[in-house]
Amino acid sequence: MTAAPLIDRRAGSELRPALRRRPTRFRGAILMFTVPFMALFVFVYVAPIIYSVVQSLFATQSSGLGFGEPEQVFVGAANYAKALGDTEFWAALGRILLFGIVQVPVMLGGALLLALLLDSAAARWVSVYRVLYFLPYAVPGVIAAVLWAYLYSPALSPFVAWGDSMGIDLDFLGPNVVLWSMANITTWVFMGYNLLIILSSLQAIPRDQFEAARLDGASEWRIAWSIKVPQVRPALVLTGVNSIIGTLQLFNEPQVMHVIADAVSSSYVPTMLAMGAAFVKNDFGYASAVSVLLAIVAGLISIVYYRIAMRSDA
Amino acid sequence: MTATLPPKAAVDEGARRQRRRRDDAEPELTVSRGAAIATLGALTLAAVYFLIPIWWLIVSSTKSNTALFNSNGFWFSDLSLIDNVVDVFTRQNGLFSRWLLNSVLYAGVGGILATLLGVACGYAIAKYEFRGRGLLFGTILGGLLLPAALLTVPLYLMFSQIGLVNSVWAVIIPALVNPFAVYLGRVYAAASVPDELIEAARLDGAGELRIFFTIGLRLMSPALVTVFLFTFVSIWNNFFLPLIMLTDQSLYPVTLGLYNWYTATREANYNVVITGSLISVIPLVVAFLSLQRFWRAGLSAGSVKS
Repeated sequence: MTAAPLIDRRAGSELRPALRRRPTRFRGAILMFTVPFMALFVFVYVAPIIYSVVQSLFATQSSGLGFGEPEQVFVGAANYAKALGDTEFWAALGRILLFGIVQVPVMLGGALLLALLLDSAAARWVSVYRVLYFLPYAVPGVIAAVLWAYLYSPALSPFVAWGDSMGIDLDFLGPNVVLWSMANITTWVFMGYNLLIILSSLQAIPRDQFEAARLDGASEWRIAWSIKVPQVRPALVLTGVNSIIGTLQLFNEPQVMHVIADAVSSSYVPTMLAMGAAFVKNDFGYASAVSVLLAIVAGLISIVYYRIAMRSDA
Repeated sequence: MTATLPPKAAVDEGARRQRRRRDDAEPELTVSRGAAIATLGALTLAAVYFLIPIWWLIVSSTKSNTALFNSNGFWFSDLSLIDNVVDVFTRQNGLFSRWLLNSVLYAGVGGILATLLGVACGYAIAKYEFRGRGLLFGTILGGLLLPAALLTVPLYLMFSQIGLVNSVWAVIIPALVNPFAVYLGRVYAAASVPDELIEAARLDGAGELRIFFTIGLRLMSPALVTVFLFTFVSIWNNFFLPLIMLTDQSLYPVTLGLYNWYTATREANYNVVITGSLISVIPLVVAFLSLQRFWRAGLSAGSVKS
């Protein structure tokens, strides 16, 4: 502050090294705004991570006589080794990876396409469509899963009834189909939400860019592909990362389908596997190891996706 | 458009009319009839996909348990809506209304606090220069990358050690932390709260807190509604957290309560689950429709451009 009292702000910002030595202004206000959130963040996010990692290195063993408090024994990486050697774990992980590879591109592609259509000059009643598309997001995920479970169940489903009347045997709950029946639920709930994010990003693009392109004779498709899509890339990254994270913790759909579909076991996805390990088998160490592994997978996939999506074409 | 024209142009009728005609005619110039029909067709087809389950839900909520199995799923049969609603609200001594109230409490209180905490933090990151700002924001964004469901089991263990499990706090405290609110708060603060305005308020002697509450929050109010809406919905919709944390049925939010009824497949519960689901969705739909106007209030959009 004293070093350059008369230099105006714009000039000062060019002198980065000089700025850095200045004491932070408004320290009290900054703390007041950030500390409440950060304190809770540490409590609810950081502490459970540390707790999880620590827990994953221990196993619960009942004491010799079988009476009294079970003991926590340090087992090192044994829980991880157990997870990595567990076919149930790999099957559960494989299912959500397959689910994600298909469902995320389908949902985001659909959302992008619909957003582009809504943003195009040909669209009418945009606000009506926007509300209709967004409506499923107002249905709680587990309720949506229950709703679709009824729409899939042979006794109640109007689709199965239609199929029967036309001689087609529709089975939404079969071992090879049920994963995609769930993918449909997720898509139904979240496509409109993602569409809204992409659409608002589209609408922030200055309109005169399209005018200029139109004057140069560009078609609407060309404008969409060459001008609009590159500029909504951050929105696609955001929705993509969100969807990847959402897929890895997939729970509502399989938990609900488990009730009516024999093909959905109680360890169908990693979240259910971890929950079962923790609350049915009381094996918190193993549950934590599964969670940590899953978080690592989520982080890796997100980073790879981010790198690919944000890679500049220039 | 005409409002922004200089007064001189208002006198010049010819020029004004010409300008307006160009504005009005512009979409028709670039869009063929076929393209317009194809676009609307595709948009309508998508709308049908999104609406079919909701239509089925509405129709089914008017049916008795027997009619649910015997009639066309997409059309009305017997009208038992009132019986169903009564059934929903009287089952288990009226537990359902308790669940609804719990959801309103969790999502309402949690949503307001989470919005304020998150947006304040995002505002600070956008509007103040301090050391570690990038690290702070990065850490919070890292939280966004973390599958929150994975934290629920360790949180349960932590909460059980401090006696928070199976209480209102077990559901509300984790909901208060929404990294997305910080992210949006930062984006909106940067876009809609001009630095010049903050500087001017400082010169007038306003403190930082007062600037935040009277200028920052007001300019970000459409953003606040958006953040609140999304936080409210995410808490209202949360299922895994209450499933793990709560054992006392009277503390259940409506999602968990309905799931509980759904799993009791041996009882003929279908009409109750379906009608209860419809009732549980109505508050959110109403919130969305009535808050629509807020999102589009272009307060922030106006200042982004200037």
